[in-house]
Amino acid sequence: MLEIKNLHATVDGTEILKGIDLSIGAGEVHAIMGPNGSGKSTLSYVLSGRDGYEVTEGEVLLKGQNLLDLAPEERAAAGVFLAFQYPVEIPGVPNTTFLKEAVNAVRKSRGESALDAMQFLKVLRAKVKELGMSDEYLKRAVNAGFSGGEKKRNEVLQMAMLEPALAVLDETDSGLDIDALKAVADGVNALRGPERSMLVITHYQRLLDYIVPDRVHVLSQGRIIRSGGPELAKELEAKGYADIIEAAA
Amino acid sequence: MAASVETVEKVQSLGERYKHGFVTDIEMETAPKGLSEDTVRFISAKKNEPEWLLEWRLKAFRHWLEMPEPQWAKVDFPPIDYQDAYYFAAPKSDDDKPKSLDEVDPKLLETYEKLGIPLREQEMLAGVAVDAVFDSVSVATTFKKKLEEAGVIFCSISEAVQKHPELVQKYLGSVVPAADNKHACLNSAVFTDGSFVYIPKGVRCPMELSTYFRINAENTGQFERTLIIADEGSYVSYLEGCTAPMRDENQLHAAVVELIALDDAEIKYSTVQNWYPGDENGVGGIYNFVTKRGLCAGRNSKISWTQVETGSAITWKYPSCILKGDNSVGEFYSIAITNNMQQADTGTKMIHLGRNTRSRIISKGIAAGRSAQTYRGLVSLGGGAENARNHTQCDSLLIGDRCAAHTVPYIVSKNRSANLEHEATTSRISEDQLFYCRQRGIGEEDAVALVVNGFCREVLQQLPMEFAVEAQKLVGISLEGSVG
Ligand SMILES: Nc1ncnc2c1ncn2[C@@H]1O[C@H](COP(=O)(O)OP(=O)(O)O)[C@@H](O)[C@H]1O
Ligand SMILES: [Mg+2]
Repeated sequence: MLEIKNLHATVDGTEILKGIDLSIGAGEVHAIMGPNGSGKSTLSYVLSGRDGYEVTEGEVLLKGQNLLDLAPEERAAAGVFLAFQYPVEIPGVPNTTFLKEAVNAVRKSRGESALDAMQFLKVLRAKVKELGMSDEYLKRAVNAGFSGGEKKRNEVLQMAMLEPALAVLDETDSGLDIDALKAVADGVNALRGPERSMLVITHYQRLLDYIVPDRVHVLSQGRIIRSGGPELAKELEAKGYADIIEAAA
Repeated sequence: MAASVETVEKVQSLGERYKHGFVTDIEMETAPKGLSEDTVRFISAKKNEPEWLLEWRLKAFRHWLEMPEPQWAKVDFPPIDYQDAYYFAAPKSDDDKPKSLDEVDPKLLETYEKLGIPLREQEMLAGVAVDAVFDSVSVATTFKKKLEEAGVIFCSISEAVQKHPELVQKYLGSVVPAADNKHACLNSAVFTDGSFVYIPKGVRCPMELSTYFRINAENTGQFERTLIIADEGSYVSYLEGCTAPMRDENQLHAAVVELIALDDAEIKYSTVQNWYPGDENGVGGIYNFVTKRGLCAGRNSKISWTQVETGSAITWKYPSCILKGDNSVGEFYSIAITNNMQQADTGTKMIHLGRNTRSRIISKGIAAGRSAQTYRGLVSLGGGAENARNHTQCDSLLIGDRCAAHTVPYIVSKNRSANLEHEATTSRISEDQLFYCRQRGIGEEDAVALVVNGFCREVLQQLPMEFAVEAQKLVGISLEGSVG
């Protein structure tokens, strides 16, 4: 599904990603773990095409399609979804409006017809219910005044609506208490499926108790220094990053 | 405007012209170039006006001669050569109009398309001859009947001068005196058309006067004069202008709008102004110098201005309220969007005279390109304005780094019991927001439109439903090309 080969990227002229190789099969969930500043968010932005993140070498293919030539919105249409570490507030724009614009924009670029207001609301209400959220939340402006947990849950709702081929979740656990974490993890797990690959970025092992990955990769200073099964996350938890990084050096 | 009457006349005159083999006497149809007392007399005679109105016009003209141009606005343009313009021309002959939409500028049509304007209305707006006229007759007649049943008078100001001279004489210039400012003087001297509305006591106007007006948008003039009177306990909502871009060969527009609300009456006046702004370099756009003022004459009366200003090369406009009646309420909700080389100096004046008067100002300014805009607002409290309250909120949003936005609030208070609040913010459209939208599949220009619409939401919500939807699209269209 996703093939990352020898990916190098710079931000403001500084190389942050220094040759990443990663391959995620259809239906697989991979976790990327790493200390702060190791380049996790940078990887998520490079995959989604944010301005200012310049790829200097390597390639990224999604279902065989080269993502690097595409604008962010084209990547979204191709199936890339990023759950932001810090979801952005858009005052005055109701959640429903935002989601409808997004869903219809993506449908349009896939050559599908736009959903009308009725059809859209039906789908949306169903997803909101599945995620155990309240309808009231849809009328509020996008992330404006949301609690940390609400913001993260809103990201999951957007993901559910957009049904991406590749979901990148950047520290979706950060700032959540245990109940909120469980709720978010349930939402994510419900979206696991044979047609969807996920890259779950996290600093802590805790999230991976709830979203159990197929593979775990450790990122340090822009490189993947170790990969393994879910047990690697446990090892990290027990030993700490410093030991693992030292051992790999 | 009496569409049915006008239409019938138009169709008749067409027939007439055929009969006479297209002979028209140009000399008789158009006033000579330039502005003099003769021009004013010519216009008044053409319109068969009573003596008092001619005198009123002449007085305005004499003031105009002596009055300096207003200098305080933050706009910049070469001096206007008033003698190099025509002040009266009969409506364009249908022969000069496009015969079908195929002959209309494709760019204009593209915009109509984006706004979702039905074909028939596109024809009206683009000034296509004949066909559309017939179509509008039946619609207009239905409206007219409904209004008549309610006792509402809604006609062109010229018609009102003939049919309801007592109302016109009583109220014309009562809110915006002929000598108010240079632009208003000019309008008073040479106005040729506009609307007149009278809502009788206790009547709630049965429809938005918007829909009806739009069908007549074709005749929007250079020196429009509008007079709306809401008698005791009545209500009217009026929408002026339209979202479709309007072109006009006349560069200078100087309209005057006067509103009068008597005891317990309410007037809601909404404007969508999208005159041609000129090209990317600012060449050829309209100068829109408008004087709009409402008088809350009666107790518990209310006047609410809502404006969406996206067009014109230069906008100079301060819809204001004089809150004379006790407990009266004035509101001003504004969205001003400037792009490319546009300049806008707009705002409001809330003049509190009566006791317990309240006013609310919400201004949303969006500047892009190399444009410049200023919010200029006055809140004034007279000695008798016990317990008056004002809340002002001015928010500016900048797109790019070559535009400018200024906020210039003036407060004059002669009353210690007043309660005034003022908030102002300036922000830039954030890269975070745009990327967030784009990551969700929304293209860059749509993302800008979405964020800006969110920024303007409080004001958009004030618009009548049908126009709110169009105005939202307009916000996006006005900002096309502003990013990237
Ligand atoms: N916009 C930026 N400009 C300069 N340096 C940046 C920028 N964004 C991130 N970096 C640097 O890149 C490195 C990786 O950051 P990031 O990808 O956010 O790490 P993580 O998400 O793993 O904590 C850090 O050293 C950080 O300081
Ligand atoms: Mg990060």
